[in-house]
Amino acid sequence: MSAPTQTSRTTRRYEWATFEGVWNREFTLFKRFWLSTTISSVVQPIIYLFAFGLGVGTLVSQVDGISYVEFVGTGSVATAVLFASAFPGMFNTYVRRVFQRTYDALLAAPVSVDELALAEATWIAAKAGFYGSFPLIVTFFFGLTPTWGMLLVPIVGFVTGLGFAFFGMWVGATIKTIEQTTYITSIVLTPLFLVAGTFFPISNLPPGLQVAAQFNPLYHCVELVRAACFGWDLPADLYNFAFLVGFALIMWFVAVRALRTRLVD
Amino acid sequence: MLGLLGPNGAGKSTTMRMLTGQTRPTAGSIQVLGFDVKTESKQARALMGVVPQIDNLDTDLTVEQNLMMFAVLYRVPRRERQQAVERALGIAQLIDRRDSKVTELSGGMKRRLLIARGLVHQPELVLLDEPTVGLDPQVRQELWSLIDGLRTQGTTVLMSTHYIEEAERLADDVAVMSHGSIVARGSPRDLRVQHVGERATEFYGPPERLARIAEAAKSAGLASRRTGPSIAVLRSESAPGDVLAAMGDGVHRPATLEDVFVLLTGEVLE
Repeated sequence: MSAPTQTSRTTRRYEWATFEGVWNREFTLFKRFWLSTTISSVVQPIIYLFAFGLGVGTLVSQVDGISYVEFVGTGSVATAVLFASAFPGMFNTYVRRVFQRTYDALLAAPVSVDELALAEATWIAAKAGFYGSFPLIVTFFFGLTPTWGMLLVPIVGFVTGLGFAFFGMWVGATIKTIEQTTYITSIVLTPLFLVAGTFFPISNLPPGLQVAAQFNPLYHCVELVRAACFGWDLPADLYNFAFLVGFALIMWFVAVRALRTRLVD
Repeated sequence: MLGLLGPNGAGKSTTMRMLTGQTRPTAGSIQVLGFDVKTESKQARALMGVVPQIDNLDTDLTVEQNLMMFAVLYRVPRRERQQAVERALGIAQLIDRRDSKVTELSGGMKRRLLIARGLVHQPELVLLDEPTVGLDPQVRQELWSLIDGLRTQGTTVLMSTHYIEEAERLADDVAVMSHGSIVARGSPRDLRVQHVGERATEFYGPPERLARIAEAAKSAGLASRRTGPSIAVLRSESAPGDVLAAMGDGVHRPATLEDVFVLLTGEVLE
């Protein structure tokens, strides 16, 4: 047995190897599934635009000074980001923890729970930011005018997606059976995306729900996306962004703590 | 090669998990290769290779991709990774199955891949947790020669098992575990000589006869143990001839680690 050398003793809290390993793995899977992911990312906003935009749009021509189709098209970004982040966070974490037990394998290697959680969440968030922007591209074909500000939408999607990826990981680390994800979907996620100003402005809601919407990260995401498309309101938008960053930080802390409890006994 | 021998629930897997920092000890501290597992577990884990009891291969990846992922995680330098993966594929004898999905592999192949995954970075210490549990005898033999190869190469191995034969064949040194603690330790031969002697004699017959033999052995100062339908009188080579003769017809057999285990713990393996 040799005494450890001085250099091998030093270690950083976050080391590159875990990120390289986890991102490589995800990229390998992405290369296998990119076509189906891309197609569903394009088709979903089209369905929303036809169902809501063209359906409800015949009853409502304008909301807050923009056409209803553009209103729904920009709002769908938040929905797309939510679906692309909360669901993978929830299911991947549960499956890898309980069915595949791959987390156990990774944590037997020089990988910490903190590194693992951050590496997986940032990958999910990057995908959510990328595919979350697809509804905008689709809405171009329904008359939305491209602006430079829209280039910031993937960043908004990334930060929102990071928060919801960690939220999903927290759920995946906490639930006891996979069926419990249906509660989360129907009781938490569905209200979140309905009361976010996605399909109708929250000003139409009763005052109580309007206040509740202020605590909904997706609402702040929608506000930022619309600002990027139709014009900024700087103090308000900085607040929206800060809210999303705060949400991501809190969920990060909560998810890592839950994972550590579950994976290290 | 140190073998941890004990029944299910003796604390073998828990010991393994504590060495990798995946289970926190309630008291005491653990040092692995000079690193404190509590504060420097990542450094300790970097020098270890872990082969778990349960199959936790990544089913979304191919054989080669599973190995490559761990070559990255174990910080094998980029230039040496492919070579490390090839070497591991050779160990697992899966060179021609490199592109197979893990789900297409047989139980024995999966276990070989699990072992190779734990060896991809040529660790100083390998933890093998029940390496052949649940496998066919034929597959078990194959794995034994693979594990024996490690020992020959000079890798330090800590192996847990509840198979007597596995410990006897592979371990240089055996720690007998029961209810979370080590009750005896030594080479398989020394343990036998020290605790149960060279030879055991087994007697078959109706329960009354077995009870009578147990009584006779006890009064002659010999240890005995029930082995299902028979009773084994231990250290029978040193029994006085007339005592043994009075017990009637018996079958001599060499003493085993199982005799040691049952004598020391009063428990039965499997």
